[in-house]
Amino acid sequence: MMADRSQGTATLLDDREGSRPKLAVERLVKTRTSSSGRTLTVVDDVTFEVRQGEFVCLLGPSGCGKTSILNILAGLDEPTAGRVLLDGDPIHGPGPDRAVLFQEPALFPWLSVVGNVEFALKHVGVAERDRRARAMSWLQNVHLTGFANAQPHELSAGMRQRVALARALACDPDVLLGDEPFGSLDAQARELLQNEVQRVWAESEGRKTFVFVTHNVREAALLADRVLVMTVRPGRLLEEVRIHAPRPRNLDDALVARVVSEIHEVLMGEVSKGGAP
Amino acid sequence: MKRLAKELGPPIAGVAGLVLVWAVGAAFVASSTVPSPAEVWSAFIRGVSNGTIPEAAAKTLLRLAFSSVMSILLGTALGFGLALNGFARRSVRPLVVALQITPYIAWLPLAVVWFGLTERAVVFVAIVGAFPSVTLATISSFGQVPPLLKRAGRTLGADGWHLYREVIFPAALPGYVAGLEQAWGFAWKALMAGELITAGLRATGLGQLLQRSQNDVPMLVATVAVIVVIGVAVEYLVFGAVDRRIRRRRGLIVGG
Repeated sequence: MMADRSQGTATLLDDREGSRPKLAVERLVKTRTSSSGRTLTVVDDVTFEVRQGEFVCLLGPSGCGKTSILNILAGLDEPTAGRVLLDGDPIHGPGPDRAVLFQEPALFPWLSVVGNVEFALKHVGVAERDRRARAMSWLQNVHLTGFANAQPHELSAGMRQRVALARALACDPDVLLGDEPFGSLDAQARELLQNEVQRVWAESEGRKTFVFVTHNVREAALLADRVLVMTVRPGRLLEEVRIHAPRPRNLDDALVARVVSEIHEVLMGEVSKGGAP
Repeated sequence: MKRLAKELGPPIAGVAGLVLVWAVGAAFVASSTVPSPAEVWSAFIRGVSNGTIPEAAAKTLLRLAFSSVMSILLGTALGFGLALNGFARRSVRPLVVALQITPYIAWLPLAVVWFGLTERAVVFVAIVGAFPSVTLATISSFGQVPPLLKRAGRTLGADGWHLYREVIFPAALPGYVAGLEQAWGFAWKALMAGELITAGLRATGLGQLLQRSQNDVPMLVATVAVIVVIGVAVEYLVFGAVDRRIRRRRGLIVGG
């Protein structure tokens, strides 16, 4: 069922018979107790796999449980029922093999920009004398070497999120998880970051797996190989949309535009269903 | 240099204004109640040259340092323990709050009963006055660490003790330092009150100097001035400076 992909080195890996998925979500259920004491089902029986080197977007309106799924993949939260596997093993707790880009940059305000990147390097065991040079090269990757010694608060929101990207990549993670990381940015900064993320993913040539959560259809169409569209309350998988448009993509590409309208249709159908009594 | 002038200009003008008002006022009042600035200055010089002011100031500063350090150690240890344990926090925190709002001077008679008219009684009151602020600030500064930063730290591979040392402690630092600033102020005030009352001690401090100078009004005013200057200096040069440095670095304050 994963065989109809069209380009990229990732395809080779995908087509390898019997190759294990990088991430597997099996019959995942997540419930939460509301403030009034009722049990809410946030994620309801969700199953999907992500292949090594794939770029998957979980798309859905707010409240569809997509962030809960991401938190569980990150190891920051536990499933209520079902399993979540990384390389076939159940996920226990967070770790730098699965870096996370949060909605907010979550930079440490007491560290300089380069210090934030060095923080990541330290915890993956890079020797102290090598950290500065390595951190600088990651900053160069997001075009921020000029701000290495600035404090995070001196940067714009878009620049801060780029530092967060550099910091996440400095862990050299197998998996990069994004929890609407561009949601709070202005249009220009968002486009810049979307391009950087696309480039970083492409440059990894199938070594890095990206799973991003978004409510933005255009963003999903721009970034993903595969979009998993979710329903709202309880969060279930509604539809899977594969995107074969060549990369690097642009929102003006005819193929991307067509995917956007296709996903819109799926979502509109869902919204009108939700409106029925 | 220009920036320093800009920063120090207004407060210097304020002090100059105060001295002027004082000088004019003193001219109209008997010098036995309000001595002129010149009289106070000569009393100050006298006190410095015969050694009483430097000796008293040194004693007092030593007590201040000791009681501040003890308050910080005790307050931090208790606060950290309470920050870690929810049950202990809910049971002990109200007691610490009660201690903090109790005027420290209320403990002095009891301290005299326990320790006699000794240096220990004075230091005890200063510590009891100061450590609750440190404890409460420690608890609240841990409580206010943004959960997002902890999550970010954990996903970057910092766990257990590393998470504390590299994320939670630094994130809690601004609130903690604000608590220290408040605590030294309490210690300072409690120390003065304690010294004033235990003036019979052989060891003199500024508070005791106040008590003994009751018949020498210029000396009394000179001593008060020394107390004020020490307080302002510690506030601005030690705690305030650290606090501002931390906040400016993190963009929590803009400019001066």
